[in-house]
Formats: sequence, structure tokens, C-alpha cells
Amino acid sequence: MQLILEKRAERSKTVALVSPLIAIGLTIVTMTILFMVLGKNPISALYVYFIVPLTDGYSLQEIAVKATPLVMIAIGLSLCYLANAWNIGAEGQFLMGAVAGSWIAVKTQGTEAGHWVLPAMLLLGAVAGALYALIPAICKVRFGASEILTSLMLVYVADLLLDYLVRGPWRDPQGFNFPTTAEFDPVATVPTLIEGGRLHLGSILALIVVAAGAVLLGKTIKGFEIRVVGAAPRAARFGGFNANQLILLTFAISGALAGLAGIIEVAGPVGHLQPGISPGYGFTAIIVAFLGRLNPIGILIAGLFLALTFIGGEQAQITMKIPLDVTKVFQGILLFYVLACDSLILYRFRIVSSSPQVARGAH
Amino acid sequence: MRDTTSAAPRTSATPLLQTVGLTKRYGSFLANDKIDLDVWSQQIHALLGENGAGKSTLVKTIYGLVQPSEGELRWEGQTMVLSGPSQARARGIGMVFQHFSLFDNLTVAENVALGLDGKESFREMSARLEQVSRSYGLPLDPKREVWRLSVGERQRIEIVRALMQNPRFLILDEPTAVLTPQEADQLFVVLERLKSEGRAILYISHKLEEVKRLCDTATILRGGKKVSTCNPKAETAASLARMMVGTEIKEVKPAASRKITVPRLVINDLNLEPDDAHGVRLKGISLELRGGEILGIAGVAGNGQDELFAALSGERLASDPGTIVIEGIAAGHLSISRRRKLGAAFVPEERLGHGTAPRMRLSENALLTGHAAGNMVQHGFVNTAATLNAVDRATETFDVRKAKRDPEAASLSGGNLQKFIVGREILRNPAVLVVSQPTWGVDAGAAAVIRQALLDLAAGGAAVLVTSQDLDELIEISDRIAVMFHGHLSASLPTAEASREKLGLLMGGSSLETKEQAHAADT
Repeated sequence: MQLILEKRAERSKTVALVSPLIAIGLTIVTMTILFMVLGKNPISALYVYFIVPLTDGYSLQEIAVKATPLVMIAIGLSLCYLANAWNIGAEGQFLMGAVAGSWIAVKTQGTEAGHWVLPAMLLLGAVAGALYALIPAICKVRFGASEILTSLMLVYVADLLLDYLVRGPWRDPQGFNFPTTAEFDPVATVPTLIEGGRLHLGSILALIVVAAGAVLLGKTIKGFEIRVVGAAPRAARFGGFNANQLILLTFAISGALAGLAGIIEVAGPVGHLQPGISPGYGFTAIIVAFLGRLNPIGILIAGLFLALTFIGGEQAQITMKIPLDVTKVFQGILLFYVLACDSLILYRFRIVSSSPQVARGAH
Repeated sequence: MRDTTSAAPRTSATPLLQTVGLTKRYGSFLANDKIDLDVWSQQIHALLGENGAGKSTLVKTIYGLVQPSEGELRWEGQTMVLSGPSQARARGIGMVFQHFSLFDNLTVAENVALGLDGKESFREMSARLEQVSRSYGLPLDPKREVWRLSVGERQRIEIVRALMQNPRFLILDEPTAVLTPQEADQLFVVLERLKSEGRAILYISHKLEEVKRLCDTATILRGGKKVSTCNPKAETAASLARMMVGTEIKEVKPAASRKITVPRLVINDLNLEPDDAHGVRLKGISLELRGGEILGIAGVAGNGQDELFAALSGERLASDPGTIVIEGIAAGHLSISRRRKLGAAFVPEERLGHGTAPRMRLSENALLTGHAAGNMVQHGFVNTAATLNAVDRATETFDVRKAKRDPEAASLSGGNLQKFIVGREILRNPAVLVVSQPTWGVDAGAAAVIRQALLDLAAGGAAVLVTSQDLDELIEISDRIAVMFHGHLSASLPTAEASREKLGLLMGGSSLETKEQAHAADT
């Protein structure tokens, strides 16, 4: 008896839908074992992770707030990945967008600046994210440098720049030497949707981005170009599509969305610029993109699920003293299983007898 | 003298190799269905069949690459179980594959050494290589790198590699597909000699005239089953073809009258450096193709046909716009989409991955080449109804068989996908069609449909440029034939004057020397 992977004639749609669920199932099994090794009751740990956050309104709002940047970034990343352009540096583009947008907030602090401030911040955040993403894209197109490495390395540059600014020039004079800017003025803040709640306008924007992504990929010739260039590069060139142009375009879009997510996070839930504004949104969004099958609707669902793990992780830390890093372990294992289960879309398992003699026995 | 018996002279009482009820199942698909085959020593045995008839599976089983699901192999009457090719080689079974497995950057001797199981030293092996290759009239320099060699010479490496194991049973998979007629003749001399040495040869081909000339026995497969074993010398090419296909092949008919009109595709002294180290440089290519004409380009693969296709399609741009003129407009600098808008259409050699995106639907693959002109794209949005309509029209006009209305390209058989691709381009009513290897690896029925479509397109006033390695195909459909060799294109000959011998000489580069000298004298 032997287990072999056999190529399917056509990609299986059922498995394409089911594979993320299998991956989640396998992850939960693995986590159960991990919790047991940590000496925690796995049932109650899983309950705290996945059920408790769904039981009260505050947590539900918080899930939406956390999902907002994840979904926004992941939509952009999915465009890159579909086009075979590997942007791993969304975290850096997120931070750059946050920094650039905050610049307007810091400079207009305490002035009579009007309602143009927030739109200008959002715009500048998106532009900065796009420009920052274009650095690895141009290096790739012009010099053939691996965008995987360059985009990842630029994350640390952005991180250190933000650190410098909030400890140096932009530090709040009344901030007791904490590395943070002053709280943004109301005109520089993303309005909340519910009085006194956490849910903010950015969540609506994220939904618009999902819809726009779905239309772009499903209905437009540009979306088609992006998909062909990734799926069959030579056929794309035969079709007259320019791969380099599409690398630049998808990097710019994903950078812009990451930058927009960054400034929304700063001008919304956080309210000021400080280090640690992101618990790794840019990296987690990679998992969201793949868990969501690089499909906008899938990404929306996957974003909400990963946001749940952030909230659940915080709950578990508070109530069960499980380290917050376990959340990252969880996300890493999940990505691993998602990629592994993806092979089932194009292949299937078959059990074969390993020796021809056995088969001949019937003869 | 005419051979009246169905089998060749037998030197022993039992066949050297037999397959008995050999069956190979892939899932529910029967690749080989109870095949009985007897191959005797001192015999050249042809294995005939269309693509997908089960020839490859059968020879792979004999060579130990595939394990049979049922049935058995017998070697000199004894049951034989092969768990891999090395066991087959140890028995004395050798195989020359259609697709060479050679490392371009290694020398001939290094390549041969990699394929041998023996323990002799590299120097001994090199000496033996030279000796074997010389004694069979297949001269090879062991120290030359493979990328410097012609396709015919590369095949020699594969044959010599097989011969160095001193096989008693040699399998050759379509060995003449890449050879000029003269090179094929040389190969036949070698095969006759191997036969006279008492070896058995299993010869896979779909060139029927060649089989009639060379082979003593022929076994015909169709749909995984054995149809018959016969003496090919006693059959006609038409009767062999009928057994292979199962039905009568439709004759391809050129239109009664065709108007030759204005020049629609002109190439003026096109020179192009290759974009990779092992590519071919295009040297001074010129031609003029008028509406209503079909020009065939013959030549052994790898003589610049791919590079010419890329230059014509615009996948590679020429520095001088005037070198390629489409419909009277200088197009050398234009992208493939702009050239399509001028009325040009292209069908590349590779169906999957070049002509289509394999994992995308047919409607999306219609959009791939249809987006530049027509109504498939409006204000940046894809008109799905129009793309589906294109699929339906191609399906109907060219009899594309598929499981559902809009499947993935990769799920179609080679012949049906090729019909779709050719149909997709022809239904755009092109003024110029450039097509490379239109019927490569396509079943005979589909090939006839495609050739007829090209003839009809020309009859409708379009200019058609066909590159093919199949001389019979070019002679059948072209008005004129030119030959590519080492990046040069010969002057074209009217098909009536283009004998196989003349074309074969040009394919081997013979008359180009004199032309080059004349050119040198001019300047």
C-alpha cells in the first residue's frame, strides 16, 4: 500500500472552498496539543480563543476594528500574489503610510485647520505607502533584485524611522518623555460609527476596498491581466500584457492600501503616532490573503477570523496567562497548513498497491 | 521482390520480447487494454497509432518506466518483471526518447557518462564512445558541448548512448520527427545494420511512407487497444491511416480559384540578436506574402523558427520599424496588441502556456488574444457575453469537443485545444495569420480540419505564413515553400518545384553556402 499524490484534470472547486476549513481544523488540533504541552486545559483555552470574543458587543466591535487593516492590506497583497509579485513588506508600507499621514496631523496640531485635514492625511498615507512599495518593485523591474528580500528589509527601515520621529522631532512636549506624538486634533481623527464605540469609518472603507477588489479582479481587463501574468507568464506576453508594468501597478496598489490602513489605524483606534502601532498587521495580512484564497470575499472572512485570534489571544493572556506570542504561533501554523492544503486543489490522494505482482494476482 | 508473408524471417522459435494481455489503467482510464505484441530478433517492428493511442505507455512499460496493471512481459519466452529502466537495460533493452534528455552545457562524453550504469573510467568510456559512433557511421566528437550541436547530432548522442549498452532490443520513439529527409535516410542505414546484427527494433512513428519502407511488421494501436498486426509493405499508406484513425480521413481541398492580391506581410532584411545564449540569430530575413497566399517555412527545429515567430508577433521588438510591414504599415516596433489591431493574428507552437493559459477557462483564453480589437472590452470592463460567444462560435465552426461549455484550457485534448486556438484566431477575420506547427501532436481528424481552415482563410483573401517541420503538411497546403537554416531564410520555391530532395538539401544548409558567396561577391 502506498499513498500517492495524483494530478487532477481540472482544479477542484469544492476543495478550493473546503481547503481553508481543513487547514483551520488541523491548526486547532495542533493548538490543542500545544496547549496540553503548556499545561493548559485545551478545551477552555480554545473556548477563550474562539468563543468568548464573540459573546459581547465590545469584543465584536474590536474584531471589526482589528480586521479593518488586515482586510485592506490583504486585498492589495492578493493582487501582488496573483501577479506573481511577492510583496512581503506590507508592514513597512503600513508604517510609512502612518508616518506620512501623521505629518499633517502633527503640523496642524492646535491650529484652526478645517475638515480638509483628515482626507489629506488619508491621501498622503496612501501615496506614501505606494511610493514606499515602488522601491522594491522598481529594483525588481530595473535590476532584477528579489522583491521578497528588498520589500522585507524595508520594513525595518520604516520601523526605525517611525521610532526616530516619535522619540525626536515629533515627541509630545507634554508627554512625560514617552515616545509618542500628542493626541491628534478631532479634525485629524477618523470618526467612530457608534457614539462611544470603537467601530470607525475605516471599516466602511475596508468594505469598499473589498468590493472594488472583487470588481477589479472579476470584471475588468486589468484584473484579467493581473491573473494571467501570474498564472501563465508566457501566455500573458503573447496576450500583449506587460509583466513589469503589472509588477509596478500591483505593488503600488498594495502599498497604497497598506499605507491607507496605517494612517487609519493611527488616526482612528490609536489616536496618535507611537511605536508598536501594529501587532504585525502587514505580516498577518499575508496569512489572511492566502487563507482567503486570494479572493476578495474570502479575504473578508479570513480577516475577521484572524482578527478573532488577536482578540482571543489577548483574552487568553488575561484569563489563562497564555503568552501573547502563542497567537503568532497559531497564525504561523495556520499559514503552513493553508499552503499545504492548497496542493489538494490540483492534486488528490490515491491509495495504490506498491507492487505490480499484487495487481497481477487477480489475473 | 514483393514480400507476401505477413511476418519477417524468424531466426528463433520464440519472440525476443512479448507482451501478453498487457493492461495499464490510470484511474478509470485504460491507456493500454490487453495488448499482445511479439517482437522477434532481426526485425524492425513498427508501432503505429495517433496521439493518445497508447504507444508511449506501452513502450514505457517495456522499458520499465511504467508498471503494468495486468498482463505480463516475456523475454525469450520467460516472464520478466522490470522494476525500473536500469533492470530493462541490464536485460539488453535500450530506448531513444523523442525528447532528448541532454545537458546543453556539458560535453557529449559527459552526457553519455551520466546515462550509463557501467563502472568503466571516463577515459575508457570516451574512447569506446568514439569507436562505437565511428563504427556505426554516427560520428561524434566526445569533447564538444551539446549546445553547439545540431538537432540531428543531438539525436546521435542518444542513439550512441543506447548502442554503447549493446542492446538486443532497441526502442526508438519518433526518431525522424526532427531530421531532414537526408538525415533520416542515414538513420535508416544504421537501423538496417542493427537489424542485420540480429537485434530487434521497436520503431514508433506516424510517418507511414517511412514505416512502409523500413519496417518488417507493424502493430497498430487505437484508443489503447491493438487493432492489428500486419506487414506494412503489403499495405497502402491510406489503409494504414484508416486503421490508425478508425475512419476515413477527409481530404483537404484547396479552393478552385484564389486571387493573389496585395502584399499583406513584408519582411525587409530582418536581423535580430537572440535574447538568450543558446538562441539563434536571425540573419537578413526577407519575404513578401500577398493576400490569398500560403507560404510554408520548412526547416529542422531550432534553426530560428521560434525567433522568427517572436519577431513577427511582436513578443520581441525589432529596432527598425521598417523591417516588418503589416498591411502596408511599418510594425517592427509595435507591440503584439498593436499588430493585432492592424489585422494580424498569431498561433504559436506551444498550445499550453503560450497559446493559452492552461488553468484558465476558454472564454478567458478567448479574451487573451481578443481584447485588443473587437467588443470584448468596453471602458476597461470585460464583456463576458462576448467572450463566451467567441468560445461558442469557435466550438461550432471547428467542432471543438469538450465536456462543458466553458472548461479550462488544460482539460481539452491536444487536437481540440488546437482547433479552439486556430478557430479563435481565424474567427477574428485576420488579414495576416502567422502560425507555427499548426498540427503538431494533433490527431489526424483535427489536423485535417485545421489545414482546411488555413486553406479557406487564404481563399478568403488573407495571407498565411505556416512554419512546420512536417514537409508533407507544407507540400499539401502551401503555394510556396522557403527553408530556414541557421537563422537564414532561403528564397521560396513554388510548391510544384519543391521536391523533398531539394527541400532536404536546403534544410541541411547545402545551397546556402553558394548564396552567401554570391552575397559576399555583391558587396
